[in-house]
Amino acid sequence: MSALSVTEKLEILADAAKYDASCASSGTKKRDSATGRKGGLGSTEGMGICHAYAPDGRCISLLKILLTNSCIFDCHYCINRRSSDVRRARFTVKEVVDLTISFYRRNYIEGLFLSSGIIRSSDYTMEQMVGVARSLRDDHDFRGYIHLKTIPDADPELTHQAGLYADRLSINVELPTTQGLQQLAPEKDARRIEGAMAGMRSAMEDMGEARRKYRHAPRFAPAGQSTQMIVGADGADDRAIIRRARSLYDRHALRRVYYSAFSPIPSPSSVLPLKRPPLLREHRLYQSDWMMRFYGYSADDLDAATDPESGCLPLDIDPKLAWALRHRGIFPVDVNQAPREMLLRVPGLGVKAVDRILMSRRHRRLRLDDVARLTSSIVKLRPFLVACDWQPVHLADSADLKSSLGPMPAQLELFA
Amino acid sequence: MPMYRALLTGPDDFDGWREAARRFVMGGVPASQIDWQVEGEDASLLSFDALPPPRKGDAFSVPRSFIDLAESAILHRDRERFALLYALLVRVRDNPAMMEDRADPLLRRVEMLAKAVRRDMHKMRAFVRFREVEDDGTSRFVAWFEPDHHIIRANAGFFVRRFASMRWSILTPDLCIHWDGEVLTEGPGATRSDAPEGDPMEDAWKRYYAAIFNPARLKQRAMLSEMPRKYWRNLPEAALIPELVAGAQAREAAMIATSPKAPARPSGAPPAVASRPSNIAISWSALRDQAMACTRCPLYHDATQTIFGEGPLDAPLVLIGEQPGDQEDLAGRPFVGPAGQLLDRALDEAGIDRARLYVTNAVKHFKHERRGKRRIHQTPETSEIQACRWWLDQELDILRPRIIVALGVTAARALLGKAVTISRTRGAPIALESGAEGWVTIHPSFLLRVPDEARKAQERARFVEELREIGTRVKAIS
Repeated sequence: MSALSVTEKLEILADAAKYDASCASSGTKKRDSATGRKGGLGSTEGMGICHAYAPDGRCISLLKILLTNSCIFDCHYCINRRSSDVRRARFTVKEVVDLTISFYRRNYIEGLFLSSGIIRSSDYTMEQMVGVARSLRDDHDFRGYIHLKTIPDADPELTHQAGLYADRLSINVELPTTQGLQQLAPEKDARRIEGAMAGMRSAMEDMGEARRKYRHAPRFAPAGQSTQMIVGADGADDRAIIRRARSLYDRHALRRVYYSAFSPIPSPSSVLPLKRPPLLREHRLYQSDWMMRFYGYSADDLDAATDPESGCLPLDIDPKLAWALRHRGIFPVDVNQAPREMLLRVPGLGVKAVDRILMSRRHRRLRLDDVARLTSSIVKLRPFLVACDWQPVHLADSADLKSSLGPMPAQLELFA
Repeated sequence: MPMYRALLTGPDDFDGWREAARRFVMGGVPASQIDWQVEGEDASLLSFDALPPPRKGDAFSVPRSFIDLAESAILHRDRERFALLYALLVRVRDNPAMMEDRADPLLRRVEMLAKAVRRDMHKMRAFVRFREVEDDGTSRFVAWFEPDHHIIRANAGFFVRRFASMRWSILTPDLCIHWDGEVLTEGPGATRSDAPEGDPMEDAWKRYYAAIFNPARLKQRAMLSEMPRKYWRNLPEAALIPELVAGAQAREAAMIATSPKAPARPSGAPPAVASRPSNIAISWSALRDQAMACTRCPLYHDATQTIFGEGPLDAPLVLIGEQPGDQEDLAGRPFVGPAGQLLDRALDEAGIDRARLYVTNAVKHFKHERRGKRRIHQTPETSEIQACRWWLDQELDILRPRIIVALGVTAARALLGKAVTISRTRGAPIALESGAEGWVTIHPSFLLRVPDEARKAQERARFVEELREIGTRVKAIS
């Protein structure tokens, strides 16, 4: 390999990292460079910041790169698999550190998200990644955000060190079903992946325990762990994906599950579908994820929103509306009396709007106009609500409700 | 009725507002009797009464949530913010629990102001781009930023906490802040040319931006909702967007066509960086290209083409007309028909250089009715004006002119967002939210329709006189 410049490597290794959806830089502990030891760089203030948006609509918050895109594994869905003939490149630890610092000083990024193909061995690769985080924290007193992708087979001691330097750790479960993983990533093992996630959870809990006793006990990955599933590369339907996500949240205390619609990659393996799934499917899965985490829907509730035949969430309407249309009997909901759980089930009412309604109705009987001021759009809500001057007539029973609330069919193409 | 004046030291002077508002409330002064003024901004000529002394025992307190809200809302550029906050304060004093009544229209309005300010602060934290310069042998990081609201002081703490060990400056049109590693200092406003032109890391950053973009998932709307075009002009990476978008579909199609056995193409060479038009030109032409395919209202059915604005993109003066006419519709350019020719002569007489101004229309498709072989002009409806503001607002965001002139009621409605009468609004500048100065006058086609010759000459003279006054203002402020 001829010698590549740092910017050439950056191009190759950012290109290779873009299939990972995660870019969050939020939810870690607060820290800054104005207090404490002098000479530090950076801060984290709870809320993450998106410093740019690419034309794919994704936020650019972190410098998201691979340490190397060489890999000894041969996972079919992955552009960096052993048998792929992409250009290979490898950063040195120092190159990654310098790039991160230079970008950070110019306010391009919140920090670093480092992942890597596996070279030589899992331990060797993990050591290199930990080396980057250690140099950033110890040599440069970097106080920005660090997210490290951990390697399931690496020595637990290395994972432990990674957790001491990084804000977030993650391991990708890659595919929603074990069969899918066997077929598309034959060298990965679902049990080892989940074993490593369970290990990280208990490390986080142990450290939390220690900090309750000793204030100066070190923190372990204060922004928690996350994972990613690829949607549309194997045959799993939305029901299977939602159930898997629910169980991952429950068992490993994950902060986030990311869903990434499989994108066609250059020189794909012949085992893969050639066409991508609609991007809207990914969007619907994120909506169902939000419904589980913030709106109190169970996986069973979400089952009821899927199409009985295909097992997938409808693409033309959002899953909350789909659920409501299957449960018309419980609507309309009285905006002046209904409990929080019921208001959260009204299509078009978000968590913030519900909280504002609950506060306001202590002071006034809400009319439809009042509700309109508390929400972004009243049109979608009206058929499902009773206000003191509003009673929907037959709407919840009418057969064309879906077509009157759903988007025009032609609009779909915009998102597909 | 007595009138009182409260003088604030700056547009973001919360403490001054708080102190004055406390005394007014204790003196029982209603909101309508207070004139809130900011030092250095144009003062009104009314005379004012001395403030009544506060009555003993009238001290009061308000919930913390009010203070938090007011601290944000006061930074908004809306001139009514001081009065709105005062009106809210009077009500909160009588009923502190009303802060929970989120359906209240006044509280809602103030919350919307605060929300816009918080978004602006967040976007500043996101989109400030530092460039490194050598300064006395050490490095200093300098950024140029144009905020929508008066947020610079309130936002300074964030940059201090984040970049405490660097020396940096953030230059903005109203106020500059400098950090030397120890102390934060302020200076007067600057211009873009005071900021450095480039930075050696920008090439790497642009290449990163291009490489991290996944062309298989183009979602421009999602990008635009979070990174509207008005920010593009100060983001080095934004210059790449049009070509990334254009290349995306083709690249994906090529990937699907590549068979598994075919040799991989070398990963796309980076787009050449040299000799690129400015970001403003790129965002303007991207906007224009999109407007060409506009179907936001039904007018596109019968019109030949979208007539977008034209003129130099750094023009200090923008004229907005009503809509293209028959000739414009065919020619594809604004103001080339009879009214345009009349305007050209009037501008010439008023001493305004036609080549230094940008002309556009409130509605960008020709609305007409067919009578025999002729296409007769029809006035656009509110819904059509509203649909087209989407383009006009973005056009003005990109151009950022110092002075905007609305010719006729349609243009005035599009510019001010409400219906106005020409006779009552003409002849005086209007402060626009964008910080530009707005003027309203007649549309030149009105002169073509006046039947009486004497009156026509009179109206024409008045029009030229108004243009001349505008021309003087342009010279004065640019």
